[in-house]
Amino acid sequence: MAKKKFTKQALSQWMKGEGPDSDVVISSRVRIARNLRNQPFPLMASPEQSSSAMEQLLCVAESGRLNGLGKIEQIRMSELTELEKLVLVEKHLISPSLANESRNSALILSPNEDISIMINEEDHLRIQCLSPGFQVREAWETASKIDDIFEEQVDYAFDEKHGYLTSCPTNVGSGIRASVMMHLPALVMTGQINRILSAVTQVGLAVRGVYGEGSEATGNLFQVSNQVTLGQSEQEIIENLFQVARQIIEHERSARGKLLDESFLRVEDRVRRSFGVLTQARIMDTKEASQRLSDVRLGYHLGLLPEVDSLVLNELLVSMQPGFLQMTFGEAMSPEDRDRSRAELIRSRLVTLS
Amino acid sequence: MQCQECGKRPATLHFTKIVNGEKTELHICETCAREKGELLPGTSSGFSIHNLLSGLLDFEPHNPNPAARPQAVKCDTCGMTYAQFSKIGRFGCSDCYKHFSERLDPLLKRVHGNTVHVGKVPKRAGGHLQTKREIDRLKKEMQGRIEREDFETAAQLRDRIRELENEMSG
Repeated sequence: MAKKKFTKQALSQWMKGEGPDSDVVISSRVRIARNLRNQPFPLMASPEQSSSAMEQLLCVAESGRLNGLGKIEQIRMSELTELEKLVLVEKHLISPSLANESRNSALILSPNEDISIMINEEDHLRIQCLSPGFQVREAWETASKIDDIFEEQVDYAFDEKHGYLTSCPTNVGSGIRASVMMHLPALVMTGQINRILSAVTQVGLAVRGVYGEGSEATGNLFQVSNQVTLGQSEQEIIENLFQVARQIIEHERSARGKLLDESFLRVEDRVRRSFGVLTQARIMDTKEASQRLSDVRLGYHLGLLPEVDSLVLNELLVSMQPGFLQMTFGEAMSPEDRDRSRAELIRSRLVTLS
Repeated sequence: MQCQECGKRPATLHFTKIVNGEKTELHICETCAREKGELLPGTSSGFSIHNLLSGLLDFEPHNPNPAARPQAVKCDTCGMTYAQFSKIGRFGCSDCYKHFSERLDPLLKRVHGNTVHVGKVPKRAGGHLQTKREIDRLKKEMQGRIEREDFETAAQLRDRIRELENEMSG
């Protein structure tokens, strides 16, 4: 079977662009949830109903109205293997729910992979826009424009009081979930992270580890997102997230500065040690790889590891995940095989640079 | 303190949720928690927002008359019952919002701290909402002008409000 385009490269084209504040913020994301009027939500829809909803939404893509996004791809989930779906999840292009539920669902993907439109997820329509670095306002503007294009063609479930109606009451109103993925190693090292994260949850935002459960964020990667969708306008939601994330960025930077001032040798030792392990180790599990890569990323941004390419670090975040490893090294691997291949992959990507 | 679910056993699990400064507390016993199949924080790692949410949905005190209990309420359009909704934490269709409306505001208040949408309005499906909001805004501004005795601007605003109101009825 021919390889799908999105499986060829771990790093989406959009992530190759340099974004603002990329020393702390890896990417920004906005997703909006919409539903069709007078049709049951995907959860309660019969196969005929979900198929008709899917066709109606794919029609918008067929009509050429989305041509402004470039040469878009339409992918029906039923055409994909489990491994291909897993790769899409690892690239954050679809949700685990879209990959796991066997409904009549589909994906519309822009050529840069910065826009992914999920059909028949928990809601009929989920528009997701990704941007490199700290660009949450820009991501919202793009998502809102695509929303307008769909609204010209299909009738949305909307009521004056509750706004856009969604399957889950946690999304009703604006249907917007905006988030920033942040790398906060210095706040973790200096023990300030819990205080900051609990403060963040007090102002209507949620924080979770990007990989791993709860606050046990592996690789010091945290996703900060809005919790409230009703009773605040999209601008207020975006602005609130923006201001809070801006403060976290400043805290992280000042913690990094402090680390350099107070324990330069220890920090330099730590990042070089991790770089050494990554370029020499023969077995590497995901958890260790995430932690070591976090050290190397910190080292790069502190100017201690100038030989590293930040694009390679972003690529490895995705390409070292189980699905992508299997795609690269051949299907059906045992966990031991994966740890060996992961070490090989990281070595080859980091060594060619040094 | 007694369990809010069964009203018999002492409550041993306590949740506090704070949204926009508004505090909600939930006190239940372990037996009820287990019966409901909820994974509570601290007891397992499988806890999710939906588990917490369904805990909040079942927040109603016990009512001896089964017909009057919220669980018996059903959405005529998609057939989902309130009991099903409170279990999975998802609506079946947009009409569920109408059929469960009585129970909805307290829930939305707990989750969002608000009950009314103020954000984007779709151009076609939004009807007159955009215009209504504009009228509300103009009325407030007009009031402010009157208080400052700027009657000329207030009169202009009044005319604009009339225009918009005519547009809506026409």
